[in-house]
Amino acid sequence: MATRRVRFTFEGDAVKEPVIYLVGHEFDVVTNIRMADVEHDFGWVVLELDGDHDEIDRALSWVEAKGVRIDPVAGDVVES
Amino acid sequence: MTYATCLACRECGREFPLEPLHVCDFCFGPLEVAYDHDGIQSKISRERIESGPRSIWRYIDLLPADEDFIVDLNVGWTPLIKADRLAERLGMRELWIKNDTCNPSWSFKDRVVAVAASRARQMGFKTLACASTGNLANSVSAHAARAGMEAIVFIPHDLEAGKVLGSAIYNPTIVSVNGSYDDVNRLCSELADNRQWAFVNINVRPYYAEGSRTLAYEVAEQLGWRAPRQVVAPMASGSLFTKIHKGFQEFQRYGLIDETPIRMIGAQAEGCSPITTAWRNDTTNIRPVKPDTIAKSLAIGNPADGYYALKTMKRTDGGSTAVTDPEVVEGIRMLAECEGVFAETAGGVTIAGLRQAIETEQLDPDESTVAFITGGGLKTADAVVEHVTQPIPVEGTLQSFEDAFAEAPQAVGVGG
Repeated sequence: MATRRVRFTFEGDAVKEPVIYLVGHEFDVVTNIRMADVEHDFGWVVLELDGDHDEIDRALSWVEAKGVRIDPVAGDVVES
Repeated sequence: MTYATCLACRECGREFPLEPLHVCDFCFGPLEVAYDHDGIQSKISRERIESGPRSIWRYIDLLPADEDFIVDLNVGWTPLIKADRLAERLGMRELWIKNDTCNPSWSFKDRVVAVAASRARQMGFKTLACASTGNLANSVSAHAARAGMEAIVFIPHDLEAGKVLGSAIYNPTIVSVNGSYDDVNRLCSELADNRQWAFVNINVRPYYAEGSRTLAYEVAEQLGWRAPRQVVAPMASGSLFTKIHKGFQEFQRYGLIDETPIRMIGAQAEGCSPITTAWRNDTTNIRPVKPDTIAKSLAIGNPADGYYALKTMKRTDGGSTAVTDPEVVEGIRMLAECEGVFAETAGGVTIAGLRQAIETEQLDPDESTVAFITGGGLKTADAVVEHVTQPIPVEGTLQSFEDAFAEAPQAVGVGG
């Protein structure tokens, strides 16, 4: 089992989709929202994902394919 | 003895021990070092600081590291120069340049890495790590070498060889990640959770960030124990910007300088300006961007401290700027031609941002202002190589020289 802390950023139509619900429905991954701020055409959600390491990877790839940006909770860590 | 007492969440205030943690377990907010302010207050004085070493370690009472564990490369105490010629060019009355190109690995990153490396050593780490495209990797590699620690540096696979050299010379392990910038981000975030390595800007980030405050301490001391009325600083993650303000506030709190208002103005390149865009749209919701600018050292599309940078601007009646790549080059040239300081592209952003802040009336040209130059120009020489003075070719005879010199174009300034 693994735990991953990530930040989803939604823009445009992606805001309307129940992406986080579907992650829990389609994959063997437990989602736990910790912080969020969602407006009509933009939003971000910080959440924890629990599950098998590979299953979390599959879920995140699926989320990304939905047009949702995924980042580590600490933001970009690659600096100049 | 350090006066650091714990890590505290910047969002919910929950406290955690001084361990390699960076995110609050409850709300996932960022953690920050908290201090015993009464203890500091009872000990600190101008005289005590002035009798310390000519480096950031003169402020050790305010840093989260014990003296026995310091990794010392003589970082800091860089020049603060009065920039009268540049001030005249920009129509300003009092302008100062904090020249952090003079650090051991030629950028301000030495300040943050020195603190992170010292704390990491205190916590028992044997390895320093980072993900970087330049300055940070240089500094981590240099500090690890100095401390006798291992260094592991992660770089994107397509990084130019010249940028790798500044780290490679210190003999770290360099891992070239075959993937996108985002892939490197994710890999290193995962590794920081799984390995016994001190990733300086991930699992020991709270300590790392504290090093930036020394920029404000030095400026206040070098100005004769006073704060400037206005500050212009570059913004990548936004951490440097917020910590400079915090540094001045702390000196005010401890009575080392008077409590005068300080207007904080941030500078970004247009090709990566998520913080300035949020400022202009009057929102604290930062939309991540894909960076596209020559100012690579500021190219953080999803800035971790952007929200706090915006709050700092708001609180200080400050502002935010975004400048084009040609303006960045012009800024570098202006600083070099007027003051003899060769800055990397981030410095060009700062100077061009300073000019934009004046033009947009976000900054008062009659008030004392400090502009922070955070890295040396040879790091980004390719950005300006086609924009500088070209040699006049002559034969080795007087006549050849006279003929060529008579026809040579007059030296041309960069305008403005």
